Amino acid sequence: MDPETQSMKLTFNIHGGDFTHAGQPSSEVKKVLKQLGIDGKTIKGIVIALYEAEVNVVAHAWKGTVEVEIDESKITIIVRDEGPGIPDIELAMQAGYSTASKKVREMGFGAGMGLPNMKKNTDELIIESEVDKGTTVKMINYFL
Amino acid sequence: MKVSEIVEKLGLTIFSGREGLDREITGGYVSDLLSDVMGNAQEGQAWITLQVHQNVMAIASLKDMAAVILVNNLEPHENTVRHSDDENIPVLGTSLSTFEIAGKLYQLFNQ
Repeated sequence: MDPETQSMKLTFNIHGGDFTHAGQPSSEVKKVLKQLGIDGKTIKGIVIALYEAEVNVVAHAWKGTVEVEIDESKITIIVRDEGPGIPDIELAMQAGYSTASKKVREMGFGAGMGLPNMKKNTDELIIESEVDKGTTVKMINYFL
Repeated sequence: MKVSEIVEKLGLTIFSGREGLDREITGGYVSDLLSDVMGNAQEGQAWITLQVHQNVMAIASLKDMAAVILVNNLEPHENTVRHSDDENIPVLGTSLSTFEIAGKLYQLFNQ
C-alpha cells in the first residue's frame, strides 16, 4: 500500500501462446485481495474476469500486460495487448462467438464464453481495439 | 464428504495432490469447456473432465475446487501433476465414462 494515495499497484506480463503461465496474475490478485479482507463473492467475480482476459491474450495476441490498481473502494484492471485486435466488438461479445484456433479449442478454451463471462463478473467493462494493433480491456469492480 | 471417501467409494486412482485428500466435497461439476467451469462451477465441487493439461489446475485452484476427476483412463500431464501437488488439489482418475462417473457421484450425494 502506498500511504499517500492509499492504493496498491501490481503489474504482470503475458506472452502470446504461453498457456503454461495463464492464470498466474489472477492467482496473485486473488491472494492479495484475500489478504486485504475483500469479501469472497467479489474476489470470485474479479478472478473469473481477469482469468478470461489473460486467456484471451494468450490465445489471440502476441504479448500483453496486466496492470492492477487497488484502492479502498475498488479494483481497476487494465489488460493491454499487442495483437490482431477485434474488428467487431459487439459480435465478439455474443455468447458462443469465437475466432480461436483448433488447438486452443481442443484445450477446452475458445467456446465463445470469455467476454460474456467478463461482462457478467465486472461492474464496468470497457473494450477498445484497433485491428492489427491490439486490444485494451479495462475492468472495474467495486468492493462492498 | 471428504475427497478420500469418494476415492474409496468410487474406486478412483490418485494421481497427485494427496495432501488435499481431506478436502471437503460439496458436489460435482461436469464440463470440458474451461470458461464454463470458470464461470459456473462452485467452490468445493469435484470437477469431472477429459481435459488433462495444466490449465485445468489453474482453474481448479482459482475456483477453490476440491478435486479433479479424469475419465476414460486418461492421465494428467506432468505439469498438471506438479501443479496439483503444489496446490494440494487431488487429481483422480477412473476407467468409467463421464456419464457413468457423474451418475455414481450424484448418487453418493443423494442417497
